[in-house]
Amino acid sequence: MARFVLRRVLQSAVVLVGVTLVVFLLLQLVPGDPVRVALGTRFDPQTYDALRERAGLDQPLPVQYASYLGHALTGDLGVSFRTGQPVSAIVLERLPATLSLAVTAVVFALLVAFPLGIVAAVRSGSAVDHAARVFSQFGVSVPDFWMGIMGILLFAGVLGWLPPSGYVALTDDPGRWATHVALPAVTVGLVTASILTRFIRSSVLEVLSADYVRTAEAKGLRNRVVILRHVLRNALIPVVTVVAVQLASLLGGVIVIEVLFAWPGIGRLTFDAVQARDYPVLQGAVLLVAALFLLVNLLVDILYARLDPRITVK
Amino acid sequence: MSATTESTGRRVLAALRRDPLAVGGTIVLALLVVVGVAGPWLAPAGVNDVDVDQMLRPPSGAHPFGTDELGRDVLSRVLVAARVSLQVGAVSVGIALVAGVTLGLLAGYYRGWLDSVLMRCMDVLFAFPVLLLAVAIVAVLGPGLLTAMVAIGVVYTPIFARITRAGVLSVREQVFVRAAVSIGASDLRIMRRHVLPNIAAPLIVQTSLSLAFAILSEAALSFLGLGIQPPAPAWGRMLFDGRGFVTDAWWLGVFPGAAIFLTVLAFNLVGDALRDVLDPRQLTLGEARRSTP
Repeated sequence: MARFVLRRVLQSAVVLVGVTLVVFLLLQLVPGDPVRVALGTRFDPQTYDALRERAGLDQPLPVQYASYLGHALTGDLGVSFRTGQPVSAIVLERLPATLSLAVTAVVFALLVAFPLGIVAAVRSGSAVDHAARVFSQFGVSVPDFWMGIMGILLFAGVLGWLPPSGYVALTDDPGRWATHVALPAVTVGLVTASILTRFIRSSVLEVLSADYVRTAEAKGLRNRVVILRHVLRNALIPVVTVVAVQLASLLGGVIVIEVLFAWPGIGRLTFDAVQARDYPVLQGAVLLVAALFLLVNLLVDILYARLDPRITVK
Repeated sequence: MSATTESTGRRVLAALRRDPLAVGGTIVLALLVVVGVAGPWLAPAGVNDVDVDQMLRPPSGAHPFGTDELGRDVLSRVLVAARVSLQVGAVSVGIALVAGVTLGLLAGYYRGWLDSVLMRCMDVLFAFPVLLLAVAIVAVLGPGLLTAMVAIGVVYTPIFARITRAGVLSVREQVFVRAAVSIGASDLRIMRRHVLPNIAAPLIVQTSLSLAFAILSEAALSFLGLGIQPPAPAWGRMLFDGRGFVTDAWWLGVFPGAAIFLTVLAFNLVGDALRDVLDPRQLTLGEARRSTP
């Protein structure tokens, strides 16, 4: 187990270095001088020189990368071309909003997907199973931002139950936070739920045909006991991976929803950075999300190996 | 080889014909291709014909999908935008297919350090959420149709590389490949004549499913203003422009979104049916990305 963990940590570290290289190279891909492009009509020679020097753009490329990597390891991701504020502070400030949206969406998705996926598998071929399959197909085909717009139309426009957009911090006013998070979380959560339902259904179906389940049934155990004690315990192990990776992908993958609902998270920050051509902020947001994604994947692998020791042998 | 290919083709067609969902998906795709090719001629009005007297009019006989905030005919814009979506889907998946298959072939066939380097590069690309990386690439290269296609192509390359490599690793151990090596066939010939045809099934399935995801990604990029630039119509951009009016003009949100949904659904239905016939164990693109550490 220790060797497995060490190997996965090393692999993740190598990939993380590769991620920093890709993020670093993004700035080099900007046609022309990125600082001049970012400043646009606000150009003045002093600011220009200061930003170029602070970003290290007057150095050779390998030196620039070594410096970027060294600073990134200490949490220094440079300064915003627009505001001059440290990028790490700007990005971390937006993390709670994204986190609260992603966690709420995943909790909602689990509440939908678990009962639906399990019942669909246990009663395979029934009306519930067909409904679950239609729901899964719908979820992977519908653009989440379209569902968001339809949600705004129905719940904010026609019924007037929920605000169409905006954000209130959970710590400021939990009640108003709940009304604001409901629409974006349900929008994202339904898509996530459709993916989880499909996965849970196939995972439970696979275990249902296993020999030990047949043995449990042959022993005369009640159906409920077989499902709870033998089927779910084993079927839900791979689901842990999918749930965690879904959560990780939501941390960086809800740009469009955050833009649609004016939710001030990392996705919205990325969009604003793109609009303002604030490349250091864009790099910082992308790097943080990719690093979080890698970290969650690593933790899931270790957790999965603990739950299913065969993984370490493989 | 040709007899096998022919029988596989017949088997696929027969299976698709038996699946009503696949038939429905195929019909929708055929209609889409017609609309994509003939959209400008089918459109009842010009896509950029501004009419300030007809702003935000609900669906009617003159404008079956209503008009937008500039008085333009929504039906005409939805029809013409089909071409953009199909074009981006086809070109970006083409880029991902060519790049991914090439890299996967090289990695799986030669193994060793080349395999390690290429696959670690693919791992790096896999570490980014798809849309975030596409946004970042388009942001630095500048928004537009071409950059959107390149960005989407890049982010979907790793899945093709992994599928190809996995297939090559198993095929290269087969007797017919070793026989080809022993009679002195070149590496290129072995890859082209013996390896590729035998790993085509999962690639065909993946291509179909990736088209659905590429169209969704293009719609998202357009929604963010990073796809084809106005005044050219794109479904995602139409939703973005209409989002401020949607509570008063529901048609601005419903029709472009329904067009994206139907297109993606059709590709998914055909892709799922192909997977059931050609490669039942293969995961969907979303599942593969999410279940791959």
